[in-house]
Amino acid sequence: MSSVAKLPWDTKKPTLHEAAGFDVERVRADFPILQQKAHGHKLVYLDNAATSQKPKAMIDAIVHYYEHENANIHRGVHYLSEIATEEYENARKVVQEFLHAAHPSEIIFVRSTTEAINLVAQTYGRTHVGAGDEVLITAMEHHSNIVPWQLLCEEKGAKLQIAPINDKGELLLDEFEKLLRPGTKIVSLGHLSNALGTINPLAQIVRLAHAHGVPVLVDGAQAAPRLPLNVRELDCDFYAFSGHKAYGPTGIGILYGKLALLEKMPPYQGGGDMISSVTFEKTLYNKVPHKFEAGTPDMSGAVGLRAAIEYLNGLGMENIEKHEHELLAYATGKVSAIPGVRLIGTAKEKAGVLSFVMDGVHPHDIGTILDQDGIAIRTGHHCAQPLMDRFGVDATARASFGLYNTKEEIDALVQGIQKVQEVFA
Amino acid sequence: MPDLRDLYQELILEHSKAPRNYRELTTPDRKAEGYNPLCGDRFTVYLKMQGDSIQDIGFQGSGCAISKASASMMTQTLKGKTQTEAQEFFERFHKVVTGQAASTNGHQELGKLAVFSGVSEFPMRVKCATLAWHTLQAALEGKQDAVSTE
Repeated sequence: MSSVAKLPWDTKKPTLHEAAGFDVERVRADFPILQQKAHGHKLVYLDNAATSQKPKAMIDAIVHYYEHENANIHRGVHYLSEIATEEYENARKVVQEFLHAAHPSEIIFVRSTTEAINLVAQTYGRTHVGAGDEVLITAMEHHSNIVPWQLLCEEKGAKLQIAPINDKGELLLDEFEKLLRPGTKIVSLGHLSNALGTINPLAQIVRLAHAHGVPVLVDGAQAAPRLPLNVRELDCDFYAFSGHKAYGPTGIGILYGKLALLEKMPPYQGGGDMISSVTFEKTLYNKVPHKFEAGTPDMSGAVGLRAAIEYLNGLGMENIEKHEHELLAYATGKVSAIPGVRLIGTAKEKAGVLSFVMDGVHPHDIGTILDQDGIAIRTGHHCAQPLMDRFGVDATARASFGLYNTKEEIDALVQGIQKVQEVFA
Repeated sequence: MPDLRDLYQELILEHSKAPRNYRELTTPDRKAEGYNPLCGDRFTVYLKMQGDSIQDIGFQGSGCAISKASASMMTQTLKGKTQTEAQEFFERFHKVVTGQAASTNGHQELGKLAVFSGVSEFPMRVKCATLAWHTLQAALEGKQDAVSTE
């Protein structure tokens, strides 16, 4: 890893919050929605793996964009178009620095992690995966990292291979390696499991895959808001994440891809902005990244995502990771100590997510009873039905943490769980 | 503000813990599967018909307390009823759980099933309460595909 060349933004600047220490109460004041009540109780928002709440700075950035900067980008010659184009491209650079990517052209704006994965499946996948080939994913994937590959495999007559996990929810690396075969054309896996909280050993996985000449796509939807990221150190070939889970707006996501790969890939969608010239006989495509950004993009979304990332940078991703690690450790101790409660996902390396089931009580009932006390959790299969089957459960209750959560909120969760047990006693 | 006790009434909790007619019929005339993809609830309803009447009814599957209790009490209520009566019960039940029953009349006609009136305060749970009923309807209509609440 030390062989990675240093870029200017690799040197970390001390942040404001670092100087003062991570002050969760001050952080909470940045989020307007957290100031309100739910069912007459203080809102305890523990559904961050579904979507995060938004800091005022992010909301203000979008308002400012529409009040002062809005115009279509890349083709106007007028004042506003110039500003809007600059804002959009600056946002790309901020994402580049956030991921520690080498070039801004490696950052493609998409709608979501889901769209990023579909883009790779439909471009890189369709040109590289043929009949009898294999696509390798893991048993802990979200549906968005299963179905795009199923569609591709069905079309091409290829096979989807699933790397198994153990009862703790950890990937079995030796089994994974055995599945890297001559016909394996791409590996696609999550960085951090939305249903279990497992952090996959990505650097090791990428090394194994690359040793077999197989590129790796990483679904970073849950990791981007929780862990410091460096795609050049990880050496992954593609990295996808969504704005809305990372304290940014809905409707915008990022696909990072290594430039050499992106340049060879065919376009995903056709339309304006992705072309350099069009005649009815022949169209020449625009350069990367514009080749993959057909149509008017989500400009305000890009501006909002930039503001969210700048907010995260201000707090420091290391501080956020540490804060959430403490919360998870505290919650794991408290919740697993409740008789009749069983954690689903007990990997050694975990972040952000606490999934559990209770004897004799369906997760849906847990969710409704907690909600009455203002506690928002997610219940269900978490878009990971094969994973639920693996653990022999229909559903789990999931508390997932964000940078603004507190130990007091976890105490409220524990009290809520005890209340569930009283109702069903 | 909705009260949890309105939703989780004693009778509902009791049925969810010890569901009645929770069995597969050995020679059903009709059966159907119902599925709520949002929460993963899944039930199969089995029917033994005698002419137009439900001679025997059973169900199996997994789901939350509301869906299980609803299925259990539905089977109790409908044994011996005609198809038309079953349909009328469903319509009344649906009105009560969605808060559309005009008066307490609707509740009275439902009998014990009126304990589900609290569901109307919890719109997210209406699908739980009606899953077994939708499944029953599919069985009565002889539908082959699993019914879904979505």
